[in-house]
Amino acid sequence: MPGSFRPFRPLGAAVALALAAALPAGANPIGDAAEGARLFRQQCSACHQIGEGARNGVGPHLNGVFGRRAGAIDGYSYSRSMARMGADGLTWTLATLDAYVENPKALVSGTKMAYRGLKDDDARQDVMAYLRDHSDMPQNIPEAEPTARASMPALPPEILSIEGDVEFGEYLAAECLTCHRRDGADEGIPSITGWPAEDFVVAMHAYREKLRPHQVMQMMARRLANDEIAALAAYFETLGE
Amino acid sequence: MLRLNRRLFIGSAAAASAALSAPAVLGQAKPRVVVVGGGAGGATAARYLAKDSAGAIEVTLVETNPVYTTCFFSNLYLGGFYAFEDLQHEVGTLSSAGVNVVIDTATGVDRAAKTVTLASGTVLPYDRLVLSPGIDFKEGSVPGWSVADAEVMPHAYKAGPQTQLLKAQVEAMPQGGVFAMITPPNPYRCPPGPYERISMIAHILKTSNPTAKILVADPKENFSKRALFEEGWDKHYPGMIERIGPEFGGDKFEVRPASMEVVIDGEVTKVDACNVIPAQQAGMIAAIAGVTADSGWAPVNPENMQAKADANVYVLGDASAQGDMPKSGFSANSQAKVAVNAIRGELTGSRVFPARYSNTCWSLIAPDDGVKVGAAYEPTPEKIASVSNFISQTGEDAALRKTTYEESLGWYSGIVADMYG
Repeated sequence: MPGSFRPFRPLGAAVALALAAALPAGANPIGDAAEGARLFRQQCSACHQIGEGARNGVGPHLNGVFGRRAGAIDGYSYSRSMARMGADGLTWTLATLDAYVENPKALVSGTKMAYRGLKDDDARQDVMAYLRDHSDMPQNIPEAEPTARASMPALPPEILSIEGDVEFGEYLAAECLTCHRRDGADEGIPSITGWPAEDFVVAMHAYREKLRPHQVMQMMARRLANDEIAALAAYFETLGE
Repeated sequence: MLRLNRRLFIGSAAAASAALSAPAVLGQAKPRVVVVGGGAGGATAARYLAKDSAGAIEVTLVETNPVYTTCFFSNLYLGGFYAFEDLQHEVGTLSSAGVNVVIDTATGVDRAAKTVTLASGTVLPYDRLVLSPGIDFKEGSVPGWSVADAEVMPHAYKAGPQTQLLKAQVEAMPQGGVFAMITPPNPYRCPPGPYERISMIAHILKTSNPTAKILVADPKENFSKRALFEEGWDKHYPGMIERIGPEFGGDKFEVRPASMEVVIDGEVTKVDACNVIPAQQAGMIAAIAGVTADSGWAPVNPENMQAKADANVYVLGDASAQGDMPKSGFSANSQAKVAVNAIRGELTGSRVFPARYSNTCWSLIAPDDGVKVGAAYEPTPEKIASVSNFISQTGEDAALRKTTYEESLGWYSGIVADMYG
């Protein structure tokens, strides 16, 4: 859609939390675990079990999820995408879990979790608090991280409103297309063709802030300016049309 | 809406100045670009030039072989992970992208007349010439060996029949025999290539000929991914590989193809197969065109791969002397895109964006044990300079190594699709 103006929604927790991670850790609770339990029953429990005796169902059980490597529960059949992210080093921390629950496909593109995401920041913090209460290996977790309240500094509006320059994006995209096939085939490297621009932007910022694991992608994203990420996102979205 | 920032401003300014200087070229029917070489640099350049200019530029690609065999991943063929046919790609498919494909060999360049002469006698005029000829070997760099001996002691460093010959020789080795390799001095094509090749040959021998030995004469003190390779060799092929570095005379070697002997620091060893990878220089046509320096490589401007000797000539990939980028298929592909953006700007006035380059080299040490090294690059006034880099770590778990290997297969599929469509 060259020429049209597309406002991006505010970048998600992925970025905000990465910024927060650099702040001095506080000791505030993450959120309201009782409210989180209610939300969990309402939105998550059809697929996920948690608590004593929890087993894998449609989704993996969620006991001890904090500090665990993604895709790491024996006997659960993960999507290829989740298995790959785990092998690349994705570990569930407050920051990564929060980003995942907010927008699952933005963090793990090919996840089979058919959940649209919990967009409300406070509600998500409540769910995080509930999940945290069922993580049985707190000794493995840096004390500050899971208990600190995530703050959500607003990103400057000029970043959020960048219009992607499709022609610039096409030039920059040539660098991506050495590995990612333009036709969208996934033969060991994920497809990024036709990816929704919003997800693309969130994912690139997540790589840039090292929330998403992967040496090549972190290096590639690190030198992308905000307008360049927007340009790439706009181009790859048009490529799928 | 054009968002003005520093980078775009520079880009637009360059495009505007290109447009002002363009009329001399725009005056004729269609600007013409001749690309010599159908590998990672040349095929990418030809395809992107034709595709992105949408017919505004007449693009001709000259390649000797109708079927191009990639040198990258040819080690996986040696190790039995890829079929030879998997490395082969029809250059003619580029015609569907609008490229005029000419199967012939460029034998002469007249930079004053702006023409390329082919072996058939055809003369191709150009407005811009892209040379991506890969490598040639420096005669005399390995005492006792010349290119004529490659049928006995193959180089297998231009993929094709040489690679098949080397594989056949390894497979024909007697039980407990000796495979020798002479590795090249820097700079050369694919820095981890000889060491991945050692790994792949060790992998073959481990099952078919477990008492065989691999003897390596290496004139370099250090080499790419050394810690990773040495860790892998200890783990997968203990006791099989002996590398002799310059500290033990690995830089003083001679080969005797007639008697199948290798002499390292005066010590004569009878060998059953020998891979001689000589010192290298730019593919011949770059020297014929007069764009190479004493080093044997062609110096280029870091911001766009334009030959320092001639603003109408661009040199891509292995043949260029550009700075920090390794000579790899990935690098050539990356450089081609920057050059295409610059050439299109000069010839058609299209927008010119700032150069950025990148490279990643994957290597396979053993089945499912893949490693990688990579970097991002940007032009400085002196050279293309590395701005950030990464490398696999020793001691990584098996799952990550397997993912890295699978990623390398994805990369091969990706770059070949990017080159030939």
